Amino acid sequence: MKFNRKRFYLAAVPIFFLVPLILNPYWVDVLNSIGLYALLGLSLNLIVGYAGLFNLGHAAFYAVGAYTSAILNTTYHIPILLLLPVAGLAAGIFALIVARPIIHLRGDYLCIVTIGVGEIVRIALINDVFGITGGANGIFGIARPRIFGMVIRTPHQFFYLIWLFVAITVFLFYRLEDSRVGRALNYIREDEMAAEACGINVAHYKLISFVVGATWAGMAGNIFAAKMTIISPESFSFWESVLMFTLIILGGAGSIEGVLLGAFLIIGLPEIFRELSNARMLFFGAAMIAMMIFRPEGLIPPVPKKYRVFSGTDRGETT
Amino acid sequence: MAEFLQQFVNGLAVGGIYALIALGYTMVYGVLKLINFAHGDLFTIGAYLGLTLLTSFGLADRVGPGVAVLLLVVMVMGFVAVIGIILERVAYRPLRNSPRLSAVVSALGASIFFQNAVMLIYGARFRVYPQNLLPKISLNLLGIYIPLVKILVLVVCVIMMVGLYLFIQRTTIGTAIRAAAIDQEAARLVGINVDGVITLVFIIGPALGGLAGLMVGILYGQIKFTMGWIYGLKAFTAAILGGIGNIPGAMLGGLILGVVEALGSAYISIAWKDAIAFCVLILILVVKPTGLLGERVAEKV
Repeated sequence: MKFNRKRFYLAAVPIFFLVPLILNPYWVDVLNSIGLYALLGLSLNLIVGYAGLFNLGHAAFYAVGAYTSAILNTTYHIPILLLLPVAGLAAGIFALIVARPIIHLRGDYLCIVTIGVGEIVRIALINDVFGITGGANGIFGIARPRIFGMVIRTPHQFFYLIWLFVAITVFLFYRLEDSRVGRALNYIREDEMAAEACGINVAHYKLISFVVGATWAGMAGNIFAAKMTIISPESFSFWESVLMFTLIILGGAGSIEGVLLGAFLIIGLPEIFRELSNARMLFFGAAMIAMMIFRPEGLIPPVPKKYRVFSGTDRGETT
Repeated sequence: MAEFLQQFVNGLAVGGIYALIALGYTMVYGVLKLINFAHGDLFTIGAYLGLTLLTSFGLADRVGPGVAVLLLVVMVMGFVAVIGIILERVAYRPLRNSPRLSAVVSALGASIFFQNAVMLIYGARFRVYPQNLLPKISLNLLGIYIPLVKILVLVVCVIMMVGLYLFIQRTTIGTAIRAAAIDQEAARLVGINVDGVITLVFIIGPALGGLAGLMVGILYGQIKFTMGWIYGLKAFTAAILGGIGNIPGAMLGGLILGVVEALGSAYISIAWKDAIAFCVLILILVVKPTGLLGERVAEKV
């Protein structure tokens, strides 16, 4: 069976955007959570899936975005959706500062350092760093977002806000895959040494993917803050990072469809099996091990890219 | 000065525990080049097993405190070692030839599994160790008070570390472990049973980790199912600090980290205690990724 991406999206997207009409607010809210994690997963996928960097501290960038939005919104009353680029920028700059010295570290070392960064950020938030993060209680009273004078309040309204953002993200990330950066990352992931030998600045492209991924997580943080109106450090714990990481691995690292499926499974399934809520993390762990043994590439692995290769005459060899 | 010495001694006791856990990380990393994320949870399991043996079986009442502690040590180490062997068989052995990411994810999965298994069995709240296990005596030394428990913990840690060091350096089996850590293929060629070595590593590491868990229970009297995570990360920091794959390095790194942390929380801020360890970790990896005693430079990063 050949998967036709364009046809799939043309069929699935309109149906999906009609789904909330027949669901109650509770299930729409579940879909909203799935959307948020899909955003986070897609952003982390840039780092883990495309560049092959193990980042287990993604919640830190999510937190920076959320807190930036919350602080600016509550103190200066700037509409929260206007802060979307600011949140992204803050998270991106933070990622640049953090990642610049560590980007050359090998896989598992990078993994540990990002865990450390995530924990330091969380501890800093709890300790009310600079006196602006509200300590363990966090920040409350974040204004609800408005679009053209309409206040977004109900889960149904948030559904369209969140999933519109997801749709834009998916579209942009598909474009990114085929861009110069995407091709370079593809090469680096397949064979770092060969890529370096072909003149691709490996550290540079890794850094780009890291910063762009973090920027996107920051923007997801903005939407999270807008949705919750209260944020506190416990929303950005290590387990959030693990959740994002797991949904990518489960769905298929480097594959956008895979990440979307992963978000649905990891966030959606526990809602369906609520009675098992206590044991669900147990299954999670076991499933991670089983996946790695039996299907390490994930449920929907990325399709190998095909590029049109120009022959020598097409290029018009003149020399 | 007395305050400084007091904190220094406290740091040494905690550092000894970090060192014991770090040994498990460093040995597994040395042979398999894998960060065993589940190691911290083996430590937790050790602490909870100790609790079960003490409370449910009433070990201390049956045989008296001295023998009870000895029995506890042996039983906890044995149990956790068995879990370590199973862990390696189930979660790591099938992935021996897979990409590194797969093994790391599997390790994370194992960690989540253990942590939640402990939570489901023992509950999510703090559990308390029996308080009357060891006599509450403090030694007065140069104006500082050192509780007997801390001295015992430190002594046990030192005995274990020295024992392990001699075992690795002086015995044939120890030599085999070192050989397998340097080059698995070459070790196989000269007739070393590498699978056996890996199993052995997964006996020693978890046994020491479980022992560390037991000692944390006795030392602090309180255990929680999530504690393995933070202790594990700090112990890993200690292993990196000393140079991962290096056994004396893990001991040195553990002791240094414990002391730095104790002094840092006394003189800087207790609220930032956990952050200190992570700052040390990042600093070491950025500035000197091989650690204090690390050797094989080119492979590391």
